[in-house]
Amino acid sequence: MWSFLVLSVAVLGVVTLLTRPLGAYLTAVFSGERSARSRLIAPLERIVYRLCRITPDHEMDWAGYVSSLIVFNAVSGALLYGLIRLQGYLPLNQSGVAGQDALTAFNTVVSFVTNTNWQAYSGESGASTLSQMTGLTWQNFISAATGIAVMVALTRGMARSKTRHIGNAWVDITRAVLYVLLPISLALSLVFVAQGAIQNLGAGTVITTLESDTQTIPGGPVASQEAIKVLGTNGGGYFGANSAHPFENPTPLTNALQVIAMLAIPAGLTNMFGRFVGDHRQGWTLFAAMLILFCLSLTGMYVAERAGNPVLEQAGAAQHAYSGSASGNMEGKETRLGVGDSVLYATSTTAVSCGAVVAAHDSLTPLAGGLAMLNIMLGEVVFGGVGVGLAGMFLFALLAVFIAGLMVGRTPEYLGKKIGSREIQLTILAVLAVSGTVLIGAGTAALTPSALDALLGSGPHGLSEMLYAFASGAGNNGSAFGGLDAATPFYAAAIGIAMLLGRYLFIIPVLGIAGSFAQKKAAEESAGTFPTHGALFVTLLVGTVLIVGALTFFPALSLGPILEHFLMQAGTVL
Amino acid sequence: MKSRIAIAIRLSLVTLLLVGVVYPLAVTGIAALIFPDQARGSLVTTADGAVVGSALIGQEFTSDQYFHSRPSQGGYDGTASGPSNLGPLSRDLRAAVSERVRAVRELEDLAPAVPVPADLVCASASGLDPHISPEAAALQAPRVAVARNMRVEEVMRLVEAHTEPATFGFLGQKRVNVLLLNIALDDAAQPR
Repeated sequence: MWSFLVLSVAVLGVVTLLTRPLGAYLTAVFSGERSARSRLIAPLERIVYRLCRITPDHEMDWAGYVSSLIVFNAVSGALLYGLIRLQGYLPLNQSGVAGQDALTAFNTVVSFVTNTNWQAYSGESGASTLSQMTGLTWQNFISAATGIAVMVALTRGMARSKTRHIGNAWVDITRAVLYVLLPISLALSLVFVAQGAIQNLGAGTVITTLESDTQTIPGGPVASQEAIKVLGTNGGGYFGANSAHPFENPTPLTNALQVIAMLAIPAGLTNMFGRFVGDHRQGWTLFAAMLILFCLSLTGMYVAERAGNPVLEQAGAAQHAYSGSASGNMEGKETRLGVGDSVLYATSTTAVSCGAVVAAHDSLTPLAGGLAMLNIMLGEVVFGGVGVGLAGMFLFALLAVFIAGLMVGRTPEYLGKKIGSREIQLTILAVLAVSGTVLIGAGTAALTPSALDALLGSGPHGLSEMLYAFASGAGNNGSAFGGLDAATPFYAAAIGIAMLLGRYLFIIPVLGIAGSFAQKKAAEESAGTFPTHGALFVTLLVGTVLIVGALTFFPALSLGPILEHFLMQAGTVL
Repeated sequence: MKSRIAIAIRLSLVTLLLVGVVYPLAVTGIAALIFPDQARGSLVTTADGAVVGSALIGQEFTSDQYFHSRPSQGGYDGTASGPSNLGPLSRDLRAAVSERVRAVRELEDLAPAVPVPADLVCASASGLDPHISPEAAALQAPRVAVARNMRVEEVMRLVEAHTEPATFGFLGQKRVNVLLLNIALDDAAQPR
């Protein structure tokens, strides 16, 4: 209990301390200040522009910006598709992995391009070293850069007035990669190697164990992929076991660093937002709402997992026979991490749209698994995926202001800009697109025999597996209740479509809102302005997120994890 | 639109080269220079020079002379990592754990009041967990001692020497590396 408290406070404390300096740095990078351009990186930036024939000071309107992002995603996706289809014939394929079939490759490409990293293949047997290192690591960088670019453009839209321009998409992507993601990943990957994560181009080592069996110690450039996997909130593991694998996440220290890396950029972006709009308090308000929601979810999940699973107790496993803090539900958890560190990771990976896992989410106790699902269903706005998470929280802030405006009869304004029907329509489109995809997708699966055959769980747990899959896909999270067989044609296709809808029916409206706000003139703050900072607004914002999420998903959750919880209390097995 | 597609193609190729080739190769090169052992997989060599595994990857042990690892979904196959994914109320989960509890009780000859620590009978997340809890090690010490003709205190001394504390007191759990402990047992048995 105490060590978990210390762990949580330490990790969240580091994230909070990093928020201001990171925000300052991100602001400098994306407003193009000379101070941010280190002597090492600035020349590289110029070379990239020259090679790609990008005119950095040419600004785009929102339609130009969004179509650049989509064209870039499509082109890079097509390249990745070719790579993983042909991996069987390409070099660096020591274990002889064959090319993925068309449907699996479609799923993989969509998954990595949309920053989801849902994996219908298993890392060990479905992707060659070349595909992992060159294809997937590369997409981890540029899909994260795409997310950051969306948030930067939205921020500009709020900070500017009477212009159609919201920035240059090529420049924002390039800067996100060169100044933010690449240097941090480089440092982080070396720390991971120092702790034991592997980094080599070998096929692995076959050894003879103490009891004279043979075992393959795997090889691969793991640490370099691991760093951007967490930093870019991507989440696709090099190995099937993802971050539970000792070669991906070897020690409790790397575990804590991975959590910090997931949360740091999304948290820093709140501060960048505040700086751009000229009022730091606006950023800290969004940060505070996120932190409160995070702590609520973390506490709930810890209590549920710590209490343990009565079914294991029935079977004779003593979940509380420990002197330390290791007690609780240990099915699907690693000894070095135990319940506490695993729960912190599980909360973080679902709150941000990372999707890396250190524990089997399928084997979590019902309420803990339900909270993981709920984090995703709330829109991953609790820090959220790089860029898009804060964009989601921004939409909830618009809704909160709008609702408050309706209650007190004022014209809703956010940061001095009047919220019109166009912005509200786009907000609702973005919110509905994601939640609609989840519910319709899971509903369709529940009526499709082949989709039901692909489940491992039965009863409410089977429903949870389907709900989680579509929430994870549409929310671009990528973690799973792993019992569901994602490689079956139904899920490969349906989750592929869900990922596309969840990503682009979110990004397009968000950038539409950015373009529309950029044209508006910011009004001076007056006595009649509803303040969008401080405790009152934080409460309103947290309430809006919870009410919208609860109203949308409560019926489904009550048939899944909540029902399962009561069955567990009654001592039922399924 | 045409120029947009052209830029997208060029930017794709440039970023592919930079973060898909140069970056991982640079990390590989630096890692090989400054952390060569970790980069290759923290391989463990016995006194006679044979590589017997990785300090980070668990192995299956069945002999009475050795401490046993946790249950593994993939049977400690280094190319098939992953958890059981069984739901919390799964009948299969209850059956599997009950069977493991029965086997542990029989093997360790436990009195009915002695609890079986959960980690020893629950499958890990990776299927390659190199550790067990100190409680799960203590439970096995008498059996190992009998099989090796050692005193239980001697075995327990080795267990304690191989118990890693929580990092800085609050990161992770106290744990025992099974492979390293078993190697130490073999070393202790050899006449010097």
